[in-house]
Amino acid sequence: MVPLWWYIVLGVVLFVIGAAGVLLRRNILVVLMSLELLLNSVNINFIAFGHYYDDFRGQIFAIFVIAITAAEVAVALGILVALARNKSTLKVDEVTMMKG
Amino acid sequence: MDQGFFLLFAAASVVTALTLVLARNPVHSALALMACFLQVSAIFVLLEAPLLAVIQIFVYVGAIMVLFLFVIMMIDVREAVLQRFLPGSNLPVLVLLVLLAVEMLVLVLRSDRFSVAELVATRTGGEVRHLSTTLFADYLLPFEVASVILLAALVGAIVLARKEPE
Repeated sequence: MVPLWWYIVLGVVLFVIGAAGVLLRRNILVVLMSLELLLNSVNINFIAFGHYYDDFRGQIFAIFVIAITAAEVAVALGILVALARNKSTLKVDEVTMMKG
Repeated sequence: MDQGFFLLFAAASVVTALTLVLARNPVHSALALMACFLQVSAIFVLLEAPLLAVIQIFVYVGAIMVLFLFVIMMIDVREAVLQRFLPGSNLPVLVLLVLLAVEMLVLVLRSDRFSVAELVATRTGGEVRHLSTTLFADYLLPFEVASVILLAALVGAIVLARKEPE
């Protein structure tokens, strides 16, 4: 039987790696992918706690997280396509159109 | 046995996650992300959540990755390959990340709440049946709200990605 804290530590490690991708990478596409990784590491925690405490709410919450993630990715990629059409750059530090 | 499988899948997922963050080419990042999602779904199977594992593969590997790869094909990514990380000093960000990791690990490892090795409650049979009953009876309103959010995202993505009328 795997102890609960192994799963939590795996979630922590994946979360930190995803946060590093969000904060450090220059390409917007990779930033979005790292965001997916963040949400997924949270799902691991939800399901691990739900399993160990025999509570379905963990799995239900994970289902909602997955649904919202799908919506978020669709909108984000739509914005990205519009951005690439108008500005023709994918670098996060060059998108400063709202600076005024 | 369980522990060996967990260590295998966890190591593979961490390695693929690092590949995602460090790869030069966004296509390689996307493929690494797909491999990472597969490992995470295997971990869901270890946690006796087969429905979530299947949803993970369908939604993430099936839909979201295809979406990413389509956008990568539509957009010229060659110029972005040259410089991986943000220009300038990334030291504050690294310090922040290390602090975050240390804080979370200390909180998890020093607390006795996370040290349970056995199931706290006993399992009852009929997993998926119970799950769907809970989802469609007690959580019906959030379910409907999520479907409306998905519809709004669908419409929004179409409107955003459409060409501006002249």
